[in-house]
Formats: sequence, C-alpha cells, structure tokens
Amino acid sequence: MTPDTPGPLAEATPISPTATPAEATAEGGSLLAAVELRKRFGATTALDGASLRVAAGEIVALMGPSGSGKSTLLHCLAGIFPPDAGEVRYGDRSLSRMSETARSALRRGEFGFVFQFGQLVPELTCAENVALPLRLSGVRRREAQRRAVGELERLAVADVARKRPGEVSGGQGQRVAVARALVTQPKVIFADEPTGALDSLNGEQVMRLLTEAARASRAAVVLVTHDARVAAYSDREVVVRDGRTRTFG
Amino acid sequence: MPCIVAVMSIGHALLGLLESGPRHGYDLKRSYDERFGQDRPLHYGQVYATLSRLLKGGLVEVDGVTPGDGPERKRYAITTAGVTDVERWLAAPEKPELYLQSTLYTKLVIALLTGRPAADVLDRQRAEHLNTMRALTRRKATGDLADQLVCDHALFHLEADLRFLELAAARLDALARTVTEARP
Ligand SMILES: Nc1ncnc2c1ncn2[C@@H]1O[C@H](COP(=O)(O)OP(=O)(O)OP(=O)(O)O)[C@@H](O)[C@H]1O
Ligand SMILES: [Mg+2]
Repeated sequence: MTPDTPGPLAEATPISPTATPAEATAEGGSLLAAVELRKRFGATTALDGASLRVAAGEIVALMGPSGSGKSTLLHCLAGIFPPDAGEVRYGDRSLSRMSETARSALRRGEFGFVFQFGQLVPELTCAENVALPLRLSGVRRREAQRRAVGELERLAVADVARKRPGEVSGGQGQRVAVARALVTQPKVIFADEPTGALDSLNGEQVMRLLTEAARASRAAVVLVTHDARVAAYSDREVVVRDGRTRTFG
Repeated sequence: MPCIVAVMSIGHALLGLLESGPRHGYDLKRSYDERFGQDRPLHYGQVYATLSRLLKGGLVEVDGVTPGDGPERKRYAITTAGVTDVERWLAAPEKPELYLQSTLYTKLVIALLTGRPAADVLDRQRAEHLNTMRALTRRKATGDLADQLVCDHALFHLEADLRFLELAAARLDALARTVTEARP
C-alpha cells in the first residue's frame, strides 16, 4: 500500500459533522453491535433474535441460506430500516434513538455501501459517481473530483473515470462502486453480495482491493456472501439461519 | 491408493525436470521442492530411491560422477525412453477422484443415527474449512503466480466441500428420516 494511506488524512479533514472516533466503541470493544434483533415483514419473520458484534477494522462475513435474513440484518445494522425489537449500537450511540436526520448523516459520513447491482447513477460519469458522496457531505467540486480520481486509481480503474456506468464492464462497475464506498473514508463498509454478478477472477480482484483498502484505512467491513472464496477474505464468519446468528471458530 | 499416485507422479515429475538438462540428485530435489513440494518437501531417501528405480527401468542414466563417494556425487540424465515415458504420462488424463467414501458424510450419518446434533457437526466443519480457506487466501496475497495457482486448486476443492455441507444442512431433516428408517 502507498505511504499516503487515507487514515491520517481523514483525521486532518473531517468531512462529517457526526464523526465518532473509532475509540468510542461499544462495550466489549465493538464498534458496531446488534443485540437480539427482531424484524417481521407481514407474516414473514426475517430476523428472530439476531446478534452481532463488529470490532473497528474487523472484516466479518455473513453467510447462510437464501432467505435466512442476511440482507435484513445488514440493513438494520446500517440503519437503513429499524428492527421491530432489539437494538443496534454504533460506538456509544443507539441507532434507534437517533433522529432520521442524524441517522442519514451517520450513513453519509461514517458508512460506505456496496451492493450487487444498480448502485451507480447512470447519468453521471464514473468519477462523478465516486465524487457524489463527498459532494453530499459538502466537499467542493474540484476537491471531490480529485479524491474520486485518486480512489479510482487505487482500484486500478482510473481509465473509466470519464465513462458512464453503462459503458463499463461489470467488474469495472463494481470497482467503481467500491471506490465510491471508500472515498469518504468510512469507519464501516456494508457490502451485500458485492461480487455476486462477477466471474470468480473478477470477484476475487474486487474482494482483494476492497479488503486491502479497508485494512489500510482500518475500516470495518460487514460482507454478505454465498461464496466461500469471497468469505475467505474476512477475519471471521457469522452464519445466519432462520433469522438467528450462529458464530463458530 | 493416493500413495501410489504420489510415488508415480514423483518419478514423472523428476523425469520432466531432467528434460531441461542433466542434474545431481540434490539439485533435482531442490527444484522439485521449489515447484511442487511447498507443503511436503521430498526426503533425500525418496529422491534416490526414485532415481534408482528410474535407472533400473532405463528411463535415466548416470551422466557423470564427481570425485568422492555417496549417491549425491552422481549426475543423472534422461534417456530417450524417459522422454517417451513423460510424453505418455502427460497424454493420459488423470482419473478424477470420486470422493464417494467421505469421512464428512460418514460423520453426518453417524450423528443422525445416534441422535446427536448433526447441524453442529456441519457448522463446526464449515468453520474449519473456512479457516483453512482464509489461510490459503492470505498466502495467495504474497505468493507468486505459480503458488497462487496451487492455492486456488486447494481453494476450489474446499469450496466444493462447503457447498456439500450447505446442501446437507438444507436437507438434514429429510436425510435424518431416510437414515433412521431405511436400514437396520
Ligand atoms: N421488503 C420485504 N418485504 C417482505 N418480505 C421481505 C422483505 N425483505 C425481506 N423479506 C423476507 O424476509 C426474509 C429474509 O430476507 P433477506 O432478504 O434478509 O434474506 P437473505 O438471507 O438476504 O437472502 P438471499 O441470500 O436470498 O439474499 C425472506 O423470507 C424474505 O422473503
Ligand atoms: Mg440478500
């Protein structure tokens, strides 16, 4: 990794009004913790007492059968929707006790997201897509563009900076999405099947870049995947079955 | 069975390495270990036993002897018969391994038969497999391309096992019924 890793830079240029120091962790040293989450969609129980702790800088893979509740758990952890019962804590704060405005500021400032598809804005160039979260946090256009291009370089896709998402390959698009998740130097990256649509070589490259970048900036990663080869990039895995979490090893 | 396969392919691998020119036994061992033996380097005894077998079969010959004594003084060269043997070996496909007698499956059935929690057997095995996959993935980050391929081969096999574990976990209830009803 390059000597100008983003860690110190993040300290020097705070971009988020809600910045929580990584040291301000929840009890037991975890940065992010879900305790006994329950969530129903109509008659379907998606989460049935799921718990999870993620330490700062830790890479955790969520695995388990289709429909077991992995994506629901990820969305609750990221404060995208609230659980019916249970609590999500980030540092010393409870997500459910925050206002929606505060939660979305938290998502913008501290969290990064990578999904399987459809996450890039088709009308913007790839560089503009990567710059977007910075712009939303109030970073000036030229500065945002400069950092976006830097991030694209780190992910070895600087050559697609001026192209639109429709003009790049699936693997390139996914790297752009990873660049966008990383550009704000988030404390936690949430990734739901980030390599799901890629062949194994491309999937693997995306995982390598994502985990290297996360480790370089001490970001935690919560990664949903069906693919054991992808999960092997994590520090540990948590299996979700019938809305409950099981931890082994 | 796997033992015979290993011994046979050591001979062929050594022959193949000799094709680029005559070498001493220790040189051959080093070269084999570098390319194929990361986890299981050859013993000198194995190397010399294999070479003497190849010598008897006329597949290699002694190309020169450095003054002194001991087997390590000899330099070996491949013969025409040896080259033909390598060619035949490369042309014949390996028999795919069938994995029909897997310990994993046996443990699963015994757990079900004895009323022990089979799901825990599966989950623990899965964790163990993933730990090994993590170690190989880390190793891949630092290895050269050849070493990465060795790791990838192992990773794909472990992944196949994990898929089996996932499938078995999904069918555990049905399997439990079959196993406990069907046989005495
Ligand atoms: N918005 C929703 N409305 C209704 N039901 C939902 C909704 N989201 C999820 N579910 C249901 O909740 C359960 C858990 O879904 P979830 O998406 O969390 O599973 P998953 O583990 O991510 O599965 P997959 O591996 O297939 O992505 C499923 O039964 C699903 O049908
Ligand atoms: Mg999902």
